[in-house]
Amino acid sequence: MDAFTTHTGIGVPLRRSNVDTDQIIPAVYLKRVTRDGFEDGLFAAWRTDESFVLNNPRYAAGSVLVAGPDFGTGSSREHAVWALMNYGFRAVLSSRFADIFRGNSGKQGLLTAQVAQDDIELIWKYLEQEPGAQVTVDLAARTVTAGDIVAPFSVDDYTRWRLMEGLDDIGLTLRHDDLIAQFEADRPAYLPVTS
Amino acid sequence: MAGTLAEKVWEAHVVRRAEGEPDLLYIDLHLLHEVTSPQAFDGLRLEGRTVRRTDLTLATEDHNVPTTPGPITDLISLTQVETLRRNCVEFGVPLYPMGDVEQGIVHVVGPQLGLTQPGMTIVCGDSHTSTHGAFGALAFGIGTSEVEHVLATQTLPLKPFRTMAVNVRGALPDGVTAKDVVLAVIAKIGTGGGQGYVLEYRGDAIESLSMEARMTVCNMSIEAGARAGMIAPDDTTFDYLKGRDRAPVGADWDAAVEAWRQLRSDDDAVFDAEVDLDATTLSPFVTWGTNPGQGLPLSASVPDPDRIVDETERADTERALAYMGLEPGTPLREIPVDTVFVGSCTNGRIEDLRAAADVLRGRRVAEGVRMLVVPGSARVRVQAEAEGLHSVFEAAGAEWRLPGCSMCLAMNPDKLAAGERSASTSNRNFEGRQGPGGRTHLVSPLVAAATAVRGTLSSPADLDKD
Repeated sequence: MDAFTTHTGIGVPLRRSNVDTDQIIPAVYLKRVTRDGFEDGLFAAWRTDESFVLNNPRYAAGSVLVAGPDFGTGSSREHAVWALMNYGFRAVLSSRFADIFRGNSGKQGLLTAQVAQDDIELIWKYLEQEPGAQVTVDLAARTVTAGDIVAPFSVDDYTRWRLMEGLDDIGLTLRHDDLIAQFEADRPAYLPVTS
Repeated sequence: MAGTLAEKVWEAHVVRRAEGEPDLLYIDLHLLHEVTSPQAFDGLRLEGRTVRRTDLTLATEDHNVPTTPGPITDLISLTQVETLRRNCVEFGVPLYPMGDVEQGIVHVVGPQLGLTQPGMTIVCGDSHTSTHGAFGALAFGIGTSEVEHVLATQTLPLKPFRTMAVNVRGALPDGVTAKDVVLAVIAKIGTGGGQGYVLEYRGDAIESLSMEARMTVCNMSIEAGARAGMIAPDDTTFDYLKGRDRAPVGADWDAAVEAWRQLRSDDDAVFDAEVDLDATTLSPFVTWGTNPGQGLPLSASVPDPDRIVDETERADTERALAYMGLEPGTPLREIPVDTVFVGSCTNGRIEDLRAAADVLRGRRVAEGVRMLVVPGSARVRVQAEAEGLHSVFEAAGAEWRLPGCSMCLAMNPDKLAAGERSASTSNRNFEGRQGPGGRTHLVSPLVAAATAVRGTLSSPADLDKD
């Protein structure tokens, strides 16, 4: 995973709440067995609508998505994160993220920055008045900057540390192999096995 | 210290705890299917890693499988299923493929084998893993990176969840099912209301439910944003488990039951939040919109956005009604459907099929309505046929299918066409969920069957009036 410290890119105002992962990437795109090439499925149904924000050439190269509350609800599909990242997004701003989506993002290096809805509204207005304007997300300072707007965001300390260091979770866990083995030795005998 | 059920299960699985880091939690059972696992196995291969505990891992084929006889004709689906088969052979993971009597939807297979037991930690790359919480297990959906993590280490680093008590008290009126209860819970707390929480369903209305009904309730916890749903195990749970293929036997059974009886929230345990629902006031519930929180009693009418004060909620409602093709003020009972789907990990078990068959017995599916009945597993199909339920469905004009996820998410050939409208016993009414442009109303099996007969959203009580 690439380390994330700060990112500046075009902000995309997505004025929708409850953006579920079926909208981010419909099930028909989930049949692939790779992690790449999901950008064509990103918001596939909405992109058939000419007025959809990513169909506006000024926003099309966006890398910071600014969305309404409850982003990433529904299915656990990590493909939603891959689709956003394959398209070019590095950060999503929302006042509330679904748990599994946020977890998946943290594993892949997509920053989910939790920003107060009042600030989201200000950033939306700014990005709509200035299509193609840049947004800077500073993970060290935990701030997002768009024009004159400087808003704080929250992200949990552990995820922030892992993102900034670009660390692989599995590698970290395998350092504790002895503890896992110790735990396994003490599991009750009645627990089931699959084979 | 007093603890909740969720906290007790959590504490019993902590492998490592360190200041400022997530707990490392041991996973007792890891379920796999073809959609969210291929990239995880790829990751293992890239790093030269193995599956730590193949004996705690089980795979089945469910999302892509066709529900009509014959092979998979969609080549991309076929590749995904074949990839799972190759991965399971290469890494030594047990697999129940299409055609095997143990094959089925992953969340139906685990419980029916007796693999899902109280107090366990269970994960799967599927958000409806919450289903297994009906047994007092801590069970939750994970992403593909976490699937890879569990394959390699049999653990997950996790921050503790908060806990919410959902108290459902009183007797459920006739015709009101577990599906109606959970749809009412979601409508009450909203699609984000459970975010960060494990819900524990409590109260006499929950205690009176069968195991299969409890699974329906826990299954949809994720639709309220919750990571997991749980119900404390009791004699209903133990009776269900006893004698199942993978349930403990002899002295192990006695030891297990003794341990399981401790798995309940202490009387003085403190939940981070509590919600109360009066079961006696509930009636059959249906959704009208494009998220599972947009539901109302069947006796209500389509909401009017002009009467909604909150700007975001009004905009959401307007967008949902436009997508659903509904006019404000239309009685829900007058909404016509062209498709009825009975099945899924929410309502594809034998009791669900019995409920639907009881309504359909001696009746016909309305002209112009297509009804699919898809058992949740091969075992459920065998059982239903032994009881003659398939004859009831076929006599009524419904299609009796092979097991799989089917029209719940339309990854296989079972889909709605654009503009088609379904009454569906599944769990999500998102835009395009059952096919691009398709419109979904979430309902119980009883409402699904009555709707099939009348052609408009209906409950069995409406049939008696006809």
